[in-house]
Amino acid sequence: MKKGMNEKIKTASRHTNRNEGLIFERSSPHKRAFDLPPLDVPAADPEKALGKIHRSEGVEGFPEVSEIEVLRHFTRLSTWNFAIDLGMYPLGSCTMKYNPRVNELVARLPGIATEHPSQPQELSQGCFKILSLLEKCLLEITGMEAITLQPAAGAQGELTGLLLARAHHQKNGNPRKKVLIPDSAHGTNPATVVIAGYEVENIKSNADGQVDIAKLREQVTEDVAALMLTNPSTLGIFEQQIPEIAEILHSKGALLYMDGANMNALTGVTQPGRMGVDVMHLNLHKTFSTPHGGGGPGAGPVAVKKFLEPFLPIPVLMEKPDGKFALDYQRKESIGRVRAFGGNFGVLVRALAYILAYGPEVRLATEDAVLNANYIRKNLEGVYDLPYKRPSMHEVVFSDAIQKRRGVNTMDIAKRLIDYGFHPYTTAFPLIVPGALMIEPTESESKQECDYFIEAMKDIAEEVEKQPEIVKTAPHTTRVRRLDEVAAARKPILRWKPPEKHSGAAG
Amino acid sequence: MRYLPKSPAERQEMLASIGVKSIDELFSSIPEAYRLKEPLKLPGPFSEAEVVQYFEERANENSRGYTSFLGAGIYSHLRSVVTDTILQRGEFLTSYTPYQAEMAQGTLQAIFEFQTLMCQLTGQEVANASMYDGSTATTEAVLMAERLTGRQRVLVARSVHPEYRGVLRTYAKNSGLHVEELPFSATGTLDTNALKSALKDDVCAVVVQSPNFFGAMEELQPVAGMARRAGALLVVAITEALSLGLVKPPEEADIVAMEGQSFGLAPSYGGPFVGVIASREKYVRQMPGRLAGQTTDLEGRRGFVLTLATREQHIRREKATSNICTNQALCALAATVHLSLLGKEGIREMAEQNLAKAQFTLTELEKIPGVKRTFCAPFFNEFTVELPRSVKIVNTELLKSKIIGPYVLGSAYPEITKHALVCVTETTSRKDIERFVGALKDALLVPV
Repeated sequence: MKKGMNEKIKTASRHTNRNEGLIFERSSPHKRAFDLPPLDVPAADPEKALGKIHRSEGVEGFPEVSEIEVLRHFTRLSTWNFAIDLGMYPLGSCTMKYNPRVNELVARLPGIATEHPSQPQELSQGCFKILSLLEKCLLEITGMEAITLQPAAGAQGELTGLLLARAHHQKNGNPRKKVLIPDSAHGTNPATVVIAGYEVENIKSNADGQVDIAKLREQVTEDVAALMLTNPSTLGIFEQQIPEIAEILHSKGALLYMDGANMNALTGVTQPGRMGVDVMHLNLHKTFSTPHGGGGPGAGPVAVKKFLEPFLPIPVLMEKPDGKFALDYQRKESIGRVRAFGGNFGVLVRALAYILAYGPEVRLATEDAVLNANYIRKNLEGVYDLPYKRPSMHEVVFSDAIQKRRGVNTMDIAKRLIDYGFHPYTTAFPLIVPGALMIEPTESESKQECDYFIEAMKDIAEEVEKQPEIVKTAPHTTRVRRLDEVAAARKPILRWKPPEKHSGAAG
Repeated sequence: MRYLPKSPAERQEMLASIGVKSIDELFSSIPEAYRLKEPLKLPGPFSEAEVVQYFEERANENSRGYTSFLGAGIYSHLRSVVTDTILQRGEFLTSYTPYQAEMAQGTLQAIFEFQTLMCQLTGQEVANASMYDGSTATTEAVLMAERLTGRQRVLVARSVHPEYRGVLRTYAKNSGLHVEELPFSATGTLDTNALKSALKDDVCAVVVQSPNFFGAMEELQPVAGMARRAGALLVVAITEALSLGLVKPPEEADIVAMEGQSFGLAPSYGGPFVGVIASREKYVRQMPGRLAGQTTDLEGRRGFVLTLATREQHIRREKATSNICTNQALCALAATVHLSLLGKEGIREMAEQNLAKAQFTLTELEKIPGVKRTFCAPFFNEFTVELPRSVKIVNTELLKSKIIGPYVLGSAYPEITKHALVCVTETTSRKDIERFVGALKDALLVPV
C-alpha cells in the first residue's frame, strides 16, 4: 500500500525528486509549443513543388508538447548538472573560470548576432573591427606576429598549426615525416598529428616531468617537423629548458609548436613569442572565459611567427589605407580553409569582452590562478603524494600512491569529492602519473572556496584511513550513482525509440 | 577587479601560508629574461557598461536596418525566446563536458534527445553529439568513409557548398585522399553521366548536397545505386536542415553530414553553429565525436553516459577516429530546445511557409523582363535566377534601398555569371519581398 503511494509521489513531484523522462515521453498528438505568424503569401503545394521527394507525413516520433512543458523539461534537466555558477571545478588543464555574464549579452546584440558572413563588406565593418581588435590583443598577449581566428576549437587549432608547419617545410623542399609528442601530452595532440599526415613519435619525460634534453637531441632529426609542447606542462610545471628546446629544434630546421591550453599561467607575466615558439594555439574556452556549455562551442586561434604568415587560412583580415577593413582571399600560399565561414564569431566576441574587461590588469588573473594552485598544493602536501617536486604554476598534480595502500584510487576519491559538493578534479591524466589527481582551481575561486576544497580533500584522506568503503562506493548523494559504463558500451542505446506497439515496454 | 574574489588581506594570508613574501616568487620558475617588466598594452580595463557600449557601437556599424535575401549555407529563421532562456541557465551554460556522468545528467540526457531528433530527421540509425559545423562534419564523414572502405578517392559534386569543398580539400591534402569534383548538369544537379564515368572500385565516398548550393534538390536514389554498385559510400551533406520538415529524409545515404544552424542558432557572422553526423548503426564504431548512451545505475535508475569512448582522442590518442574534443554542445542544446518547441507540426508549418515564400518570390521575379529562372530541379527556400546584367551591379543598387541582394554565384562558379542565388525564409514579409522585386526591377533599368 505504502509503496504505491510513494510511486505516486515520485511521479507527481518531478521537480523536487528529479524524475523527469525524455521529451518524447511527454508527447501527445497535436500539442504545440510554437506558433508562426500567418502566411502572407499564397500557400504552395508541397507535392506540386517538390514532387515525389516531399514528405507526406510529419517527422515520426518528433516531440509534440506545449511551451510550458518544454520549459519545465529543460529546466528540470538543468538542475541535474553541476556548473561553474554553482561551485568549483578543480579540473586540471580545463581552466574552469567564471564565464562573465555581460559576454552573453554582447554576443546576442542585434547587429552582432544577426550578421551574415556573405553580406557586403562595407556592412560588416563592425564585425571586422571586433576581429581586428581581438587579433591585436591576442598577439600582444602571446608575443607572436600573425594570427588566424578561424579554428573552431583547440584540436582544430592544433591541426591548423601543424598544417602551417607542413606548408613551411614543403616550401623548403622537405615536408618531413614526424612530430614529437611528450608522453605527458593531451590526447588531441597525437590524434591531430595523424590527421595532419605525420607520424607520432613519443618523447619520454625526465625524472622532473620535463622534456629530456638529451633524448630530444637524439630524436630531433631532419625528419622531424615539430615538437608539440604544452607549457607549462600538463604537470603545471614550467619547461625551464625551453631555450635549449627551441635551439635544438631550430638547429635541425624543426619547429616549436606550443599547445596553449595552459596560458592561464602565463598571460601578462610572460609571452610564448619570447621563448622561441614558432606556432601555437589558444583555447578561448579556457584562458579567455568563454563558456564550456557542456562541451563547446570553443575556439582555437593559432598565432605564428612572421615566416608562417603566408600560409594562414583564407580569408585574412586586412586594414586598408582608408582605415576600413576587408577580407583578403588572394593568398597563394594559404593552406586553405579549415572550416566554412569565418570562425566561431560568437565565441570570439565573448573572448574580446573578457579581455576588454581586464585590460592590462589581466596579469592579476594569472597571479591569482597561480596563488590558488600553490595554496592548495601547500596545504595538501603530505596528505596526498606529490610525484614531481618542482614549483607548480596554475595547476598541481598529486597521485593516489598513499591511498592505494588502502585499496582506494583516484577515481574513488574523485567520486567521494562529489559528496562534498565539488566536481571531481581530472583523474588518470597526465599518463605519466599513474593514479593522477590533476587540480587547477583557476583565479575564480575565493580563499574560502579553496579552504573548503582543502578541507574536503583532507577529510576524504582521513576517510580512506578510517572507513575506506565509504570512499570506494561513492558518490552517495547524487541522483544517480555509478552508472554502468560497461553495459552502455557493450549494447549501445544511442537514441530513444517509440515503444513497440505489441510488447508495451517503455522506451 | 570584479571577477577576482580575493581581498588584499586574503592574498597576504595565502602567501604567508605558502611561505613566500610576494606573488613574484611564485613565478620564479620562469627565466628572468622572459618575465615581462611592463603591463601588456591592451585596451581597458572596462567597466561592464563600457564593455556593452563598445559592442553596441560595433553593432551599429554592421547591417542593422537592412533586409537580406542571402542564404548560401546560413539561414535566418524564427527563434523562440524560450531557447535562450534555457541556454542562459548557468547549469547548462557554465557546465563542463559530461565526463563525470553523475554531475552532468542534464547535459547527457539533452544530448541523447539531440541524437534522437537527428536520427528522426535524417532517417539514419545513429547520430553523434555534434561536430563543429556542417563543413567539418562533411569532411569527417569522408574520412569515416575512407576508414570504412580502405579506399582513397573521393568524388564530390561541384553543387556542394564551395566552402565545404574547400575544407575537404584542406584536410584531404595531408591524408592521402584524392578529391575529384564532378560537374553539375543543366538542371543544377549532379551530372550522373560524369559520376558514372568517374566511379571505379577505388572510390570511398560520393558526396552530394541536397538541397544543393543552388537550392536544387538532388535525385539521391540513382546516385545511391551507382555508388553502392561501385562499393562506395554515399555522403549526403545538408546545409538547410529545415528542408527536412518537408522533404523525405535521405535514407539512401550511408552518412548524413548536416549543418543544424537553422534550428535555433543565430547567423552570428558565421558561428558557432552545430554539425551533425548521422549514419547506420553498423558504422558506429568508426564515427567521430561524442556519443551519449543510455544505461542504468547501481539502483537500476535510467541514466546516460558518454560511451564508445575508445573511438576518441582521450583514450585512443593517435588511433582515434578524430582529434575532436570540444565540440558544440551548447549549440546542440539550442537545436534540441528549438526542435522540441517547433514540434512535429511546427517544423512542417515553418517549412511550408519557406516553400510558399520562395515560390511567391520566384513568381514575382519572373514577371520582370529579362529575369529567368535557371536550374529547373525542385527547390525548397533557395533558387537561382539569371539576370540580364551583373548581379554585383544590381546588388549595389539594391543597397540604396537597404536591401542586401542575393548571393553572386559567379564568384564561386565563374562559368555562370549573372546568376543569383535568392533565399527567402519565413522571416521575410510579403511587403519586403515586393519591395525587393520592385527594387530589382528598377535596378535593371538604371543606365550602366
